[in-house]
Amino acid sequence: MAFREYRIGCWMFGFALSLSMFVTIILPGLDISSMSSTKIALEKQLTYGWETGFNYYDPFLQGKDKPVKVVLTKDPMTGKAIDKTDAFVFPAGTHFPSGLTHDGILGDDVQKASEELGKIGQADEAQGGVFLVRSTADDVPYIEFATATKGWTADATLKAADEKLLAGSGKTMFVREGCWWCHTLLPEQTQDWQSFGRPPLVGDFNGESPTTFGSDRKAPDLLHVGSRNSSREWMVMHFFNPRLVQPHSIMPRYDYLWGDVDADGNAVDLPGWDEKYLAYARGESIYPPAVPMPAADSEARKLIDFVINLK
Amino acid sequence: MLKYLFSKEDDIPQGTAAIFFGISSIAWFVIGTGLGSFNAAKLAFPDLFHGLYSLQFGHMRQVHVHAVIFGWIAMAFAASMMYITPALGNTKLWSEKLGVWNCLLYNVGLCLALALLWSGVTSGREYSDHIWPIDLYIAFVMVVPWSLNVWMTIVNRRTQGIYTTNWFFAGCMFMTIIVFLIGNTPEWLHLTGLNEAYMTWWFAHNILGLLITPVAAAITYYIVPKITGNPLYSHRVGHLHFWSIVVFYSTPAAHHLMSSPLPEWLKSFASVEGVLILVPAVAYVCNILLTMQGRWALFVENIEIKFTITGVLLAIPLNMQGGFQQTRAINWYIHGTGWIVAHAHLALLGFSTFAEAASVYYGMQVLLRRKLWSASLANFHFWMLLIGFSLYWTSMTISGLIQGAAKIYEVPYVDVVIAEHPYMIVRWLGGTMVFFGNIIWLYNMIMTARAGDPVPVGRQPAEIAYTR
Ligand code: HEC
Ligand code: HEM
Repeated sequence: MAFREYRIGCWMFGFALSLSMFVTIILPGLDISSMSSTKIALEKQLTYGWETGFNYYDPFLQGKDKPVKVVLTKDPMTGKAIDKTDAFVFPAGTHFPSGLTHDGILGDDVQKASEELGKIGQADEAQGGVFLVRSTADDVPYIEFATATKGWTADATLKAADEKLLAGSGKTMFVREGCWWCHTLLPEQTQDWQSFGRPPLVGDFNGESPTTFGSDRKAPDLLHVGSRNSSREWMVMHFFNPRLVQPHSIMPRYDYLWGDVDADGNAVDLPGWDEKYLAYARGESIYPPAVPMPAADSEARKLIDFVINLK
Repeated sequence: MLKYLFSKEDDIPQGTAAIFFGISSIAWFVIGTGLGSFNAAKLAFPDLFHGLYSLQFGHMRQVHVHAVIFGWIAMAFAASMMYITPALGNTKLWSEKLGVWNCLLYNVGLCLALALLWSGVTSGREYSDHIWPIDLYIAFVMVVPWSLNVWMTIVNRRTQGIYTTNWFFAGCMFMTIIVFLIGNTPEWLHLTGLNEAYMTWWFAHNILGLLITPVAAAITYYIVPKITGNPLYSHRVGHLHFWSIVVFYSTPAAHHLMSSPLPEWLKSFASVEGVLILVPAVAYVCNILLTMQGRWALFVENIEIKFTITGVLLAIPLNMQGGFQQTRAINWYIHGTGWIVAHAHLALLGFSTFAEAASVYYGMQVLLRRKLWSASLANFHFWMLLIGFSLYWTSMTISGLIQGAAKIYEVPYVDVVIAEHPYMIVRWLGGTMVFFGNIIWLYNMIMTARAGDPVPVGRQPAEIAYTR
């Protein structure tokens, strides 16, 4: 180094950088981490599971290791009718979201209520189980471990379900296919209220990873798209070929997410479909070819579940 | 190249590492801009190339971004550092052998990283899209050996002082490693929620602000005095630039998330610090332009100066945009629109790329000791880049303003898509010009290496550019 000035310079450099990191990482980190979860954050954690980007349990982003969201109208244990309830089923071995396994994610009150009223301390990843989102009398949201409180097992709940939403796996498709390069999941606080709905609150994200806000918007915000449009038929056509329902759309076709066979077990023939579609586009036929319904385990179905679930 | 991997350090000619990095960077520039142009075509005509499912926009977008940032920009930086640092220290590169290995493993790692992104294996975070095993590879196999070479060359220098450029090189490499390791904490530590979102943009902001812009600036601090023969206008101002980068550029990360529910104090703080970025920006631009005093003819005559000074002039609108577009008064209008894409390309394709292109042009001639094969093709490259970029920037800025207006008047989104269509086409044309310009450049460089006239000992390529 030779010059004394350079030594001083190095110290100043270290000091400046450390100070900058203290102000831009430690302080915001403490502030953000002190925010308590909202009900939305609890629901998102239970819908999307532990991690949606690359991780050990799903290295190729195929939508593995994800819970299933179900809609119940009868009690899986007793079979008695109950009010329509959303339950989150974690089949045995599915990894829990951070909020269930780490302190300091849910926020103090929410954590306390979830432990005392919700018995989440008894939940175990290896066994799996069923979770609900509830609120206390003073409106503190909490997670209830229904397997402990009500005896609902994962299998019985899946069997009793009226509707199953593979929204967790669908989010994996959303991340992998790069939908977030065009769509945002963040209505802005300034102008977007009327078009795209309520902007999120600070506690709406606890435990979610990745948040995939998106940054370049080339398409409508999707955070509340399920409230605007919950038609599965529309979604099926739109994902297969957006130009079927919106001739000016620049959205790519996602027909390859249909996989090999459709819901009726027929082979999905994309080139054949295209040929008929082109004939229709040239005006040689009156109707476009029919869009095959996606099979129950296809990636298209998972993605549509995810989108419809964005209320 | 292969023969140098296992030769003794002393048998490797000086500049070998820089030449390899230089050639690789140009090749990645061609690939990266080709992908950009392909993506732009998809955004203008979504059914073009339909059937090529493996080249989906949603997968290729991040491949473009990382090919140009890690392939072109970072490798051009590596090439520049590996010849400029020793030159300024009046010494040789600390280890050519390490440099050659570094270049090989860099290319291998980059191919692997891009292949994974291409197949959709991503962390789902913009700019830190790479999965954590790749992040580890980038940090410890690609960046640390490169930094080590730069630092040790500076430590072993045979001059007394350290010139501004080398200050920047050493400091920026250090900050890059820190930013890389800390910015990826969402993955190392599985951070979630707003912390994850914030750290994602902390990384993105700092990797751009502490690596890409300052190193490009540092390169111009070398090229301009070297070719004009004028001393740097002021070293003091250079130091003001350096220190204000460290203090002001490392703090405004939150201004990327102005419309998110981050704490209000953080957004206000970031926004104020963001305006202060004008301090290093103004210091830098003035310093370089004043260094040009009396030698402005070179702006027309000399290809390296033409590139460098165009880059510096583009830094003026860049910094004016950057300083003000992140304040609350303006950000709400242009946030998340094509305006930002235009701004990103003004920084990376405008300012930064022009500076690096100059340094790669210059470095290749000096290291190969050969004059450019064709000055006309180099000029052609320059104009293709400049006109292509201008079309890109103008069209995306206009389309961003349309999107902003549509946001206020609550125009149904599909009408925005229709209104943007012509601009998407212009962007595609502009980007394609850049791509073709780069192919010409690659050709010109290969011909320079093969058939360029030798530069006589003791002469500078710039001096004999017009002699036959
Ligand atoms: C190239 C950009 C682009 C990509 C990538 C993209 N979209 Fe779109 N998307 C659009 C555009 C433009 C529209 C508006 C026109 C239309 O309805 O098609 C749209 C509309 C939509 C809509 C209807 C929104 C509404 O308000 O009714 C949904 C839902 C949607 N996209 C979901 C997705 C999903 C899920 C993905 C990823 C698999 C995706 N999009 C990928 C551009 C894109
Ligand atoms: C060295 C040159 C270039 C660099 C460094 C570069 C860098 C980038 C970066 C950083 C982004 C992300 C922008 C953002 O998130 O806001 C991006 C996006 C993009 N770039 Fe480039 N780019 C370069 C050249 C090109 C060229 C020549 C084209 C051809 C048209 C191009 C087309 C695109 C497209 C289409 C996108 C996606 C934009 C969007 O999502 O709206 N780029 N580029």
